[in-house]
Amino acid sequence: MKTLLKLDLFQWFFVIAITVSFLLMQNQFVWLKEFPKEFIFPLSAILNSGMEWVVDYSGWFFKGISWFLEWPIKGVRWLLHFLPWTVTVFLFCLVSYIASGWGLVTFTLLATFYMVLIGYWVESMNSFSLVAISVPMAVLVGFAIGSWGFFSERAEKVIKPTLDFLQTVPAFAYLLPILLLFGFGTTVGLLASLIYSFPPMVRNTILGLRQVPSEIIESGIMSGASSRQLFWLVRVPTAWKQILLGVNQTTMASLSMVIIASIIGGTADIGWEVLVYLRKAEFGGSLVAGIVIALIAMILDRITSGLAKNSVTYKPREKSFLRRNKFWFLAITGVLFFYIMSFIFPILNQWPESYFISPAKFISNGLDIFILNFGTQIDYLKQVAFFFIMLPVKIGLQLSVSPYTWGFELTPFLITAYFIIMMLFASWCFLKFSKDVAIGIILFSIFIYFGLTNMPWLPLILIYGLIGFKIGGLKLSLTIVASFLFITFTGVLPQALLSIYLCGIAVIISFILGSSLGIWAAHNDKVSAFMRPINDTMQTMPSFVILIPFVMFFGIGEFTALLAIIAYAFVPAMRYTEHGLRNLPETVIEAARMIGCSQTQLLWKVKIPLAMPVIMLGLNQTIMFGLAMLVIAALVGTTGLGQLIYIGLSKADFGTGMISGVSIALIAIIFDRTTQAWRIKLEKKTQ
Amino acid sequence: MASKEIKLSCRNVWKVYGETPDNFFDNNNGNVSDPLKLAQEMNHKEHIVANANVSFDVHVGEIFVIMGLSGSGKSTIIRCLSRLVEPTAGEVILDNEDLLKKTPKELTEIRRHKMGMVFQNFGLIPHLNVIENIAFPLKIQNFNKDTCFEKAKKVIELVGLEGREENYPSQLSGGQQQRVGIARSLIVEPDVWFLDEPFSALDPLIRRQMQDEFMKIQSVLNKSIVFITHDFVEALRIADRMAIMRDGFIVQFGRPIDIVMNPVDEYVRDFTGDVPFERFLKAEDLIEKPKSRTDNLKTISRTTPIQEILPQLADSKNGLAVVDDKNKELGIITPQGVINVMASAGSKKVQNKK
Repeated sequence: MKTLLKLDLFQWFFVIAITVSFLLMQNQFVWLKEFPKEFIFPLSAILNSGMEWVVDYSGWFFKGISWFLEWPIKGVRWLLHFLPWTVTVFLFCLVSYIASGWGLVTFTLLATFYMVLIGYWVESMNSFSLVAISVPMAVLVGFAIGSWGFFSERAEKVIKPTLDFLQTVPAFAYLLPILLLFGFGTTVGLLASLIYSFPPMVRNTILGLRQVPSEIIESGIMSGASSRQLFWLVRVPTAWKQILLGVNQTTMASLSMVIIASIIGGTADIGWEVLVYLRKAEFGGSLVAGIVIALIAMILDRITSGLAKNSVTYKPREKSFLRRNKFWFLAITGVLFFYIMSFIFPILNQWPESYFISPAKFISNGLDIFILNFGTQIDYLKQVAFFFIMLPVKIGLQLSVSPYTWGFELTPFLITAYFIIMMLFASWCFLKFSKDVAIGIILFSIFIYFGLTNMPWLPLILIYGLIGFKIGGLKLSLTIVASFLFITFTGVLPQALLSIYLCGIAVIISFILGSSLGIWAAHNDKVSAFMRPINDTMQTMPSFVILIPFVMFFGIGEFTALLAIIAYAFVPAMRYTEHGLRNLPETVIEAARMIGCSQTQLLWKVKIPLAMPVIMLGLNQTIMFGLAMLVIAALVGTTGLGQLIYIGLSKADFGTGMISGVSIALIAIIFDRTTQAWRIKLEKKTQ
Repeated sequence: MASKEIKLSCRNVWKVYGETPDNFFDNNNGNVSDPLKLAQEMNHKEHIVANANVSFDVHVGEIFVIMGLSGSGKSTIIRCLSRLVEPTAGEVILDNEDLLKKTPKELTEIRRHKMGMVFQNFGLIPHLNVIENIAFPLKIQNFNKDTCFEKAKKVIELVGLEGREENYPSQLSGGQQQRVGIARSLIVEPDVWFLDEPFSALDPLIRRQMQDEFMKIQSVLNKSIVFITHDFVEALRIADRMAIMRDGFIVQFGRPIDIVMNPVDEYVRDFTGDVPFERFLKAEDLIEKPKSRTDNLKTISRTTPIQEILPQLADSKNGLAVVDDKNKELGIITPQGVINVMASAGSKKVQNKK
């Protein structure tokens, strides 16, 4: 009996038997199907009263901080509003030149002029002021924590998982506690963006300091440097490029969060504009404003990454004082020049409203005409996706197949046929490939027939736990079971399943799409060169902006969310696949060629198996990106955890928001650990 | 012979990596009865022995070479001498003081004034240009800029890098980068000079050239040197005395010519086998007692290599007088004497090979 229990197949048979029996009996016993309400732990209420207590008793403290922090924001805002737009644009261009050269200057000039021309200068500067304050703070905090983590291994052991958690909890979930503690105002955006953006700085600081070659450090020690001198004169300058890359990532995260934070309103910034238009369903307006965000993101990205790249090309020091400080002189002269000119020509100070160009109406009209003409096709597309992909996964074939949707009734004969065919297919796979594939197919056929959201809770936990056990051992299995138990006992399992369903489909499509593109790009330099700027742009774009074009064409709903998630999440799958395939050891490829592999064989039998660990890393990232976007996509009307967070935010229901946020983080952690474990397993195989 | 004043010595130095390396020693300063057995015991208990019972002296003005293959512990021992790596047991004595008893502060002071070190991959700081890199040890002692640059100029001249002051390390060739490393290690005018495989990362031709220049610099500065290399021929060329390391132990000590002539075991014999010993003879190896007056003989230094002696000998039939650093006569070299030495050495080596 004991040996039988250890048998792989027996374990699976056992779990599948339980699943099937639960499924068959669940109509008699409701608690099998749904987790009984009486057992739900009232965590949400406890959290809420806890929060209330904190706000009541130490609210003054946080409000004080809030008041204090508002001054620098006000100061920067005042400065940016006070300065004529020409002066600010000039300074942006100057920094662009220092960071990258004339190409970027041209881009910055055009982009900023667009903001001025369409009348979003003030809003853009409001958003920028928050970034401008939060980035230096995040950089300082991140650098300090990173250095601490570098020196103390014990500290690093605490820091790393904390960062993992901070980065997997969806951005929306931060907003709520901050909002409750610090009250409405710009500080919320500042603090949220601070919390969201300092982790990459920590990571890059640790990484950079670690990468300094030991000989350079030894040469510093032998030169007689004290430990402080060694840190500031040797370690930090040598790690400078990596630290600046941290600044780049921090800046992009900060902008992304500033935009998301505008959802709470009252900030008069560019994110708010997008949202207002989205809510009014005036998509022209939201696109015009969304482009501004995209442009700000691109400018900030190019500038910060340019500075990082430049930091390792050393130029001989200029001898004369004037030449050495030429940029300072240029900046002062330029600022004075444009400042004085703006008195003579008021248009250089403030672009008159009558000269604003508003393409919003035009775009909206164009869109209306498009939808009028192609509405049926769009609807058809939506329906196909809905009936044949999304519904079956969500509620199962048993409920989704009907004469109205599929054109025929699901008769008992068809059901039997379905299961027999799936069983046969599974046994064929068992003979042809392996038992793991066969078990996967059996599970899949059960899932699809009953629907993910209709699965009874206990077998679900069992199945995931066993998968975890098979891939990563007992520890992973326990993590998964514990996470699911948390989700179940706090009563958000139905929403969690809805999230997993939507995100799951999106991730699978993103991964197939991304890795196919990656394979193509790995074999075709032109495709690669074409896709690179698109990928860069997609990755630097605040996730918010990606929603806009899809809402424009497909309206509000799950389908739009699905597309938005795909658009955001296919990038890592593609990048890692291409990277993995392009960096294979040349000798192995040559050997395979000489053995006589055809191109197809070379790809499927040699290259892809070898690149699999890297491709798996892409899958991992795709899942993470997908979950991050899922929450944002709640804005366009999805159900699930994202929606719960959103509701929590709008009702100031801290408990619900927090539980949903943590649940998403747990789901992310589960899938992260599982794919990582799988990757490690594969890596061991290929080495 | 060399003056026997001891500059730096290490006594029974051990470096053991593992979970509890200290447990193997009880306050005996690394002086154990059976080092070999202890090292085996360490290996059994999953500890890695990098240096085992290493003892040697470095005399003032001497080039002491430690030669060994990778993993023999040679890089660890030079780091134990400078305490870049903390030895597990033993003593390191510099100018009659135990370095291992120094506080970090005292140690920093010693490194600032008494030690210089050159690294295999140069260890240059990438964001500083040549002159800033070289002046770095002075800069961190808060010397003013002019003093730093003035002194830096001097060592730049010494290593022949004039005109490169404003370049950054990435703009220099390997040989030039190592010149910077050498210059930097010399700017504080240290007594003890550590060189950790300084020429191993260079192309063979450049390596040869750098060795010659290194010898030239040493003939001017007369530092006490510990030189690490994995290149046996390099060791023979430059060493006054050398040690051969293997698995953390020193297997043989001696002057290069002694090692070539009398390899202590198979391991050393593998190195010496293909080495043409006659290339590494120096003046002091060829000396015989003068039979006649030596007043009008030409004098040469005791370290003159044979390649330079032979042409001079061809010109002066009566022989050459060999003098030491203080110009005291040690003996003479005659053509017949050279032939005798080579003949006896050659036959001895043939025997050894068998």
